[in-house]
Amino acid sequence: MVYDVTIDGKDYRLELERAEAGWLCRLDGREIQMDAVLARRDVLSVLIAGKAYEIKREHTATDMHLWVGSVRYLAELRDPRSLRGRRGADADEKGPKKLLAPMPGKVMRVLIGEEQAVEVGQSILVVEAMKMQNEIKSPKKGTVRKIVAAEGANVNAGDVLAIVD
Amino acid sequence: MFNKILIANRGEIAVRVIRACRELGIASVAVYSDVDRASLHVRKADEAYHIGPPAAAESYLNFAKILDVAKRSGADAIHPGYGFLSENAKFAQACVNAGVKFIGPTAASMEMMGSKTRARQEMEKAGVPLVPGTSRGLESAEQAEQVAAKIGYPVMLKAAAGGGGKGMRLVHRAEELKSALEAAQSEAERAFADREVYIEKTIINPRHIEMQVLADQHGNTVYLGERECSIQRRHQKVLEESPSPIVDADMRRRMGEVAVRVAKAAGYSNAGTVEFLVDQDKNFYFLEMNTRLQVEHPVTELTTGLDLVHLQIRIAAGEMLPFGQEDVRIRGHAIECRIYAEDPDNNYFPSPGKITLLLLPSGPGIRRDSGMYEGWTVPIDYDPLLAKLIGYGTNRTQAISRLTRALHEYFVGGIKTNISLFRRILTDADFQAGKLDTGYLDRLLKSKPPEVRGGHPEVAAIAAGIFAILDPALAPASNGNSFPKSADGKVSGTASSWKRAARVESLG
Repeated sequence: MVYDVTIDGKDYRLELERAEAGWLCRLDGREIQMDAVLARRDVLSVLIAGKAYEIKREHTATDMHLWVGSVRYLAELRDPRSLRGRRGADADEKGPKKLLAPMPGKVMRVLIGEEQAVEVGQSILVVEAMKMQNEIKSPKKGTVRKIVAAEGANVNAGDVLAIVD
Repeated sequence: MFNKILIANRGEIAVRVIRACRELGIASVAVYSDVDRASLHVRKADEAYHIGPPAAAESYLNFAKILDVAKRSGADAIHPGYGFLSENAKFAQACVNAGVKFIGPTAASMEMMGSKTRARQEMEKAGVPLVPGTSRGLESAEQAEQVAAKIGYPVMLKAAAGGGGKGMRLVHRAEELKSALEAAQSEAERAFADREVYIEKTIINPRHIEMQVLADQHGNTVYLGERECSIQRRHQKVLEESPSPIVDADMRRRMGEVAVRVAKAAGYSNAGTVEFLVDQDKNFYFLEMNTRLQVEHPVTELTTGLDLVHLQIRIAAGEMLPFGQEDVRIRGHAIECRIYAEDPDNNYFPSPGKITLLLLPSGPGIRRDSGMYEGWTVPIDYDPLLAKLIGYGTNRTQAISRLTRALHEYFVGGIKTNISLFRRILTDADFQAGKLDTGYLDRLLKSKPPEVRGGHPEVAAIAAGIFAILDPALAPASNGNSFPKSADGKVSGTASSWKRAARVESLG
């Protein structure tokens, strides 16, 4: 298998193949002596040149994180043969952007109306969870096209709250 | 002794009390709201009863529902835990009226300590050292100015019925006093329906040190050593330890004797905590008494070898304290970390949700009091405390190294927790030197975090690929494959394809 991997914004080309004893592994063309065992779902034990690493995998509403020991990395994995290609390669700046609820909670206030202009980082909604109020900010400069979650609505992590264009 | 105890609480403290009941051969009764049906305390108790909707006012704070469950289940005592009804004098009295034993002090003791001005008046009479100030509500701005001029600025205005920073104002200059007093009074009126505000001298960079006391119903009162609780954020304790790095045997005896005097003046029985502010010259002043079991009681249990919940139950059942002051020995050092569901990268906002992966620390000197489990969804409706991790060692250095080691073993996936904050505190030079005060944590959080050493992004890159091959059930949607394939090329179950489809949808 060949993968394009992005770890905290840095791209790697990873080639992996099962061998008789363990794995054949190349990272950016460099061969790496490596062994891996899946200890349980989402937990991997990896040995690289005798050094042992425990890796934990975690999915949030929007991202995948990998923890090597106690250090967290944002990870993205793509199959370069896939037609979908790289997700959102240029969607960050152009096109409509969805605001997702980072946690379950209740929409307390909507601060910006539809068709109003917003700056990057400007608060659009206030979501309350565990008695704490959390401001949900605009990821880009643009216009609020749609407020999906009304005041008083209960939302789950990953729910679309608003769309900014 | 009691036959059956109802625990009027939830989360880790309910589990803690249920365990004590089981150890003593007493049946336990849990209560739960709509969102707590699957919570750990319900799973661990002998009996469990539904008491209403998530809002605490309609469930965990509802006297009638809780007393009704006590009656229906045949419980002969109620343990309130901490928070919720634990310091509610009216509830303690309602238990007496219903013929159920409240495991805690009497309503009268709670009432005395519930009003800060009344507590100050009683403690003044008992000769307890107080922060200089008034022990009655301020009647006018002129009176406030006279007192402030006498005790010296800066001063603190505090609501008599106060708590949680509400109705509190720090005043640096005489010109600010009048408007600050009016603001504090109206805030106190709104928050507590009581506009009484008093004045205290502000102690600069104080430590917050508290003394555990235990009193039976026969007039025997002992102190069980102090807890250093200076590491706080927004008036919330985050990490506690016993003993305090600055308290020696002589200071412990003096503080302990004052704490016993406080408890006796309040006619106190059961477990309680006397809180002190300690200034830079190690003078200590009575702050308030907490009339309940504290969150941080495990550090005292580890350093004294006593089980405070067992003792609470035995005292409430009318037994005498089974030991005297001279039998209490402080041995070793214990530190507790409060593990909260909150996001350290997002200003410590709460982070409820489903726990998808839970790896637990163990080994020498580690105690874990927890209310969570893997697969459980942390509800949004309550305090974000998930668990407490406590490290014990023969001395402070060993306790720190064991706890640091255990924090690296601990992993909570799917939600954010403050575990990384504790790794930072425990490796901080000032913490290790015991240089603490109530401003410590704010200063630490404002400082630049240390560079992460030993990062391994290439290992993460390799692991990403291995996961996709060995454990593809939850492979990221951006992978681009229509069907996840396992290592042998078979398409995995339909359930995960549904999940994948849903994830693709949600990612847009």
